[in-house]
Amino acid sequence: MSEPFIHLEGVKKVYRSRGQEFLAVSDVSLDVEMGELISLVGPSGCGKTTVLKILAGLHDHDDGTVRIGGNETFEAGRDVGMVFQQSLLLKWRKIIDNVLLPAEILGLPMRESRERARDLIQMVGLEGFEDNFPYELSGGMQQRAAIARALIHDPKLILMDEPFGALDALTREKMNLELLRIWSESKKTIIFVTHSIQEAVLLGSRCAVLTSGPARMADNFEIELDYPRTLDMKTHPQFGVYTRRIYKLLGME
Amino acid sequence: MDKTADQARHWALIIIAHLLVVLAWHLFVVWGEVPAYVMPTPLDTVLSLGGEYNWFHNTWVTASEVFGGYILAVIVGVGLALLFSWFAMFAKFLMPLVVSLNMIPKVALGPLFIVWFDYGIGPNIFIAFTICFLPILITTTRGLQEVEPDLLDLVRSLNGSRWQIFTKIQLPGSLPYVFSGMKVAVVLAVAGAIVGEFIASEEGLGYLMLQVQVDLDTPAMFMAVLMITFIGVALYGIVIGLERIFVKVDARLETSA
Repeated sequence: MSEPFIHLEGVKKVYRSRGQEFLAVSDVSLDVEMGELISLVGPSGCGKTTVLKILAGLHDHDDGTVRIGGNETFEAGRDVGMVFQQSLLLKWRKIIDNVLLPAEILGLPMRESRERARDLIQMVGLEGFEDNFPYELSGGMQQRAAIARALIHDPKLILMDEPFGALDALTREKMNLELLRIWSESKKTIIFVTHSIQEAVLLGSRCAVLTSGPARMADNFEIELDYPRTLDMKTHPQFGVYTRRIYKLLGME
Repeated sequence: MDKTADQARHWALIIIAHLLVVLAWHLFVVWGEVPAYVMPTPLDTVLSLGGEYNWFHNTWVTASEVFGGYILAVIVGVGLALLFSWFAMFAKFLMPLVVSLNMIPKVALGPLFIVWFDYGIGPNIFIAFTICFLPILITTTRGLQEVEPDLLDLVRSLNGSRWQIFTKIQLPGSLPYVFSGMKVAVVLAVAGAIVGEFIASEEGLGYLMLQVQVDLDTPAMFMAVLMITFIGVALYGIVIGLERIFVKVDARLETSA
């Protein structure tokens, strides 16, 4: 039997500080197949980010099972790309040099990486901006660069923590479509954390719903909308069925 | 093209502003019939350069003190900040001490310095240094701390080393702060050197001012102040120039002056 790419079972995480204990994640179970785009949706403070950090190897978990890689080898340091709400581009570096940062840190051969960076910059739609500085780019463009940076070392898993949360509504929808395109071109496994229910349904091939205080996996279901997805799918009755399902799980109906 | 025109306008404004002040000064003295021993005209002030005082040597001495103290302050200030950022214990232990020591009025130490070091350039460099190094230390320390936690996560998720975080993120990220401290320190270094010369010196512009004061040679006193100002402006210009080279426009911290 083939092992899923990511296998989380009964994952628990407790933060301890100054003798106080805080249960951030109480029971998260989730299997992810290679190449899936999983939306992880839930209210603020529900431990979504903690789950991401456990997947990134930045945090240990206190209980349960975390297995990543399935039947292939997986090295957290080498095989994870991250995108955050802020682009976190280094102000003093050109876009191309920002994209190259992970390659430098991992000590990858720079000549090939530079080639690859140019291809990625083209893929995320920033062709011609290689030598610009971050401040010369709009918020959406900066996030595109951050996505290219997350892909530079060809990781198997991309973790995105509300990457479009700081963008205006229109740019955000545009970036949603862009991400879907980049996903289908790069064929990466993506875990996409969001608290926008619409975004979760529009993007995910599957949607995992976390409820807050502490994070518990409330549901985890496939989103059977055709790809390529378009914005007018939001008016599709089936889209409404999914969003209602999530609202209900979050007690917001 | 447009950029050079902007530059030209920028410099024209600077020069005009300064000339206007000189003009106002001149008119004030002439129309107000202010006696020269109270306030000389700009021309009288400049003419005092022809007097018997050794302007070149004294300016050289003061400039050496200012630049010497300043460079020392940059080295020690940035160096200590780096140590503080590498060894947290070191910072906890030394920072309060540095703040307390900084509260000592350096001017009050002048007479002691004479006892300890005798007259000369050395003690004045030291006074300039002690007065101007704290802002550099504090802003640099702050700059080295100012790293986005998510950015640290990004580097750590790639198993980046402490050294990589330092060289690729902390150090370049702290440069705007370093320069912000350095700009504040310029004026302090100048003040420090002059105070040193007032207290204990046989040469330098501060010393010269005390000499000519006895003779009520006000034009020479004005000239000395002007020369001191030029030294400060020159140093400030060098710092701004370096900042232009090392810090991207967007990352620069704007400070007054």
